[in-house]
Amino acid sequence: MNRRSAANLLDINSRRGGLIDVLFRNISWLSAFLVFAMVIAILVSLWHGALPALDKFGLGFLTSKEWNPVTEHFGALPAIFGTLVTSIIAMLIGVPVSFGIAMFITELSPNWLKRPIATAVELLAAIPSIIYGMWGLFVFAPLFADHVQPWLTEKLGDLPGVGLLFQGPPMGIGMFTAGLILAIMVIPFISSVMRDVLEVVPPLLKESAYGLGATTWEVVRYVVIPYTKVGIAGGIMLGLGRALGETMAVTFVIGNAHEINASLFMPSNTISSTLANEFTEATGATYMSSLLAVGLILFVITFLVLALAKLLLLRLTAKEGKRS
Amino acid sequence: MKLYTRRRIVNAVNLTLSVITTVFGLFWLVWLLWTLFDSGLQWLKPEIFTQMTPPPGSAGGLKNAIVGSLILTGVATLIGTPLGVLAGTYLAEFGRYSRVASIVRFVNDVLLSAPSIIIGVFVYEMVVVTTGHFSGWAGSLALALIMIPVVVRTTEDMMRLVPDTLREAAAALGAPRWRIICTVVYRASLAGILTGVLLAIARISGETAPLLFTALNNQFSSTDMSGPMPNLPVVIFQFAMSPYDDWQHLAWAGALLITLSVLILNIVTRTVLRPRRQEK
Repeated sequence: MNRRSAANLLDINSRRGGLIDVLFRNISWLSAFLVFAMVIAILVSLWHGALPALDKFGLGFLTSKEWNPVTEHFGALPAIFGTLVTSIIAMLIGVPVSFGIAMFITELSPNWLKRPIATAVELLAAIPSIIYGMWGLFVFAPLFADHVQPWLTEKLGDLPGVGLLFQGPPMGIGMFTAGLILAIMVIPFISSVMRDVLEVVPPLLKESAYGLGATTWEVVRYVVIPYTKVGIAGGIMLGLGRALGETMAVTFVIGNAHEINASLFMPSNTISSTLANEFTEATGATYMSSLLAVGLILFVITFLVLALAKLLLLRLTAKEGKRS
Repeated sequence: MKLYTRRRIVNAVNLTLSVITTVFGLFWLVWLLWTLFDSGLQWLKPEIFTQMTPPPGSAGGLKNAIVGSLILTGVATLIGTPLGVLAGTYLAEFGRYSRVASIVRFVNDVLLSAPSIIIGVFVYEMVVVTTGHFSGWAGSLALALIMIPVVVRTTEDMMRLVPDTLREAAAALGAPRWRIICTVVYRASLAGILTGVLLAIARISGETAPLLFTALNNQFSSTDMSGPMPNLPVVIFQFAMSPYDDWQHLAWAGALLITLSVLILNIVTRTVLRPRRQEK
């Protein structure tokens, strides 16, 4: 008898439960449906609110660089640019570090050290994001501006091409700082998914490789990574989804300027920091509607990224089920 | 032999990098906590709990913000827990293999990581615009919406850890479905569900973004849920961004307070409740 028919057998007893069972079943169904309805409601309400702005600016809303509350001309490009650049920086730093941590915990660490380290890394995720923001603005940014930034500008600023990224006054705040703090914030999420994923590799596979004389790194590189690459991609996507929507920490250190600059040291704005800074102060229907429109863009992007993450992780679980 | 040496070097380099990244990750945790204690501990005096948030330039505490936060979180927990547990129950019991359940499961996992500021904007549109003013109810609702996916997820996971044979044994005794769930499954997974609820509380107690547009803030002590409510995260945000020294000190004290509560809640839940689950 498979599990499905076992579950159906349990239902036979439902007849005996009578009214209470029917009520229980329907109320729990309603609660579950509410979760689904929530997403639809969020989409509809954002869409409804964003409609005036989308009507007025059309597709130009996505490509316009202007964000001017006085003349009521709004374009989402600077905010989208800032969101993408900070998230890319976060991924460039966060992904290798997360993989290193996951690899340390699953392959290298002695058993007694595994849990403490895993818990400590997860505590990074528990710290409220506003704390990251305060620390970033008051502690990290001044140090960065005084000691690291001038050095980076001096060493890398003159390189052709890449140099553009590292020019600008040493203010400490800006896209790079925001990206770095985002990286620290997404490390626990990515590394804990990666850890779970690395643990599904059958020990037999790893032992076979070790038996052939492979080094630890070779086992990771040629056995573990190929086996888990879908899941690793899922973990990265999950982190990306988090980074795109993170609000308070970024709001503190991004500098709040609707500009597009090549330099990573210049202030910018992300979609979420725009919302946090301007939402309660927005006057005029167009302004409000434009903010809702960028919110809609953010929700749709993160939803797609997170849905992709989930699909990738599901594919790994399906594969795991087939082989075992 | 040359190849072998190279392989060993590559191996050593990568393993060292792995250790370095771990140290790198933990380094920030230590630095953050150090900063909090360094700038917050000296201002964490008893007055914090007994006095109101002051106007700039005078002494005061965070009493109204702390009380407000407790009320907001409490109400959010009261809304979010039953809904989340019931939805998790549906996913784990009644609709385990149904189409609705797999869609809800998918959407729930996405909501789990969805930007909290969007939830704030959504509640603003639905509640604040409709009622015409900021309110504690709106703040609690936003927090509840953030909490629900966490509770749904852990409830389902924990209930599915309960072996089906237990359910079948109860069914064989003639227990109807609701009794099986309430007296067997809930009881067996209680510790796990509680873990989920506590971790969800830890998560929402530091949330700032969704409260900015819903509960807003209030200089005065208010327990009136239909008006703007003072709350710790938004007070910290406003005070930290202000140019006044007194306010910034209060912000650091508040930041330390909130982080300590969240971390302690996390550690206690993990160490006290989790091992019982693994014994099974």
